[in-house]
Amino acid sequence: MADRNELTNSKPAESNQRPVSPAVDIFEDAGGITLLADMPGVSKERLDVKLDGDNLSVEGRVELDAPAEMRALWAEVNVPRFRRTFTLSRELDAGRIEANLKDGVLTLRVPKLAHAQPRRIEVTAA
Amino acid sequence: MLDTMLSRPQSLFDQLDAMQRLLSRSLGAEAVPGGIRSVAYGAFPEINVGRTPTNVEVFAFAPGIDASSLDVTIERNVLKISGMRASAIPARDAKVQLYANERPEGRFSRAVSLPDDVDPLKVEAKYRDGILRISIALSAAAQPQRIAVK
Repeated sequence: MADRNELTNSKPAESNQRPVSPAVDIFEDAGGITLLADMPGVSKERLDVKLDGDNLSVEGRVELDAPAEMRALWAEVNVPRFRRTFTLSRELDAGRIEANLKDGVLTLRVPKLAHAQPRRIEVTAA
Repeated sequence: MLDTMLSRPQSLFDQLDAMQRLLSRSLGAEAVPGGIRSVAYGAFPEINVGRTPTNVEVFAFAPGIDASSLDVTIERNVLKISGMRASAIPARDAKVQLYANERPEGRFSRAVSLPDDVDPLKVEAKYRDGILRISIALSAAAQPQRIAVK
């Protein structure tokens, strides 16, 4: 039960505690890739979106504004940290990533480079 | 761990039984009866429940929901949370390629039994950063009281 109380008391997580991977939706259209990640309890201040080379990582810390004297009766969520890393491919324009966090859902839009936008290839009869 | 959970006063949440059943199944003790409202692990939204000297606090981890679509009711000490989560994925056509679809969507509903000593008329619900927090006051008789010594 000790680790459950940790979450409800919003104490900083132990660094050796493994973060949980958030559920995501990822889809691609002509203009780029959209990624949505469920990160309930993560506020803008506790969200970290980092780009290191081709690696895009999202990390967030869950904050419950629980009273200090609260003790846990039941906890299905007991990892106070989310983290997931994605590898971008070359045709994506990492410099123009847009991030938006609303109601615990992070939305990332990764546009494609202009030259990578789809174009129709004419098939000529031989 | 099972012992400490069972020894908690007012730990009447049916989900405890889910865990107990899980444990007992792995131990081969099928005779332990399960709560009628316990659900399989991984249901949406996930729920944490805590208790303070004056309140029972329920936290439902339900990101990306329009607060007006959330429906919270208490009837005969059963708290029910239901609502609708719209899909973020555009209509499938040849131009949209879907790679991952892990986020639950559509209608959802969960119910938990509350302890007997709550006051169902004193409830507050707030939705912030994707967490629905429901605070239910304990009935006056269940709250700590100071007794004056004459």
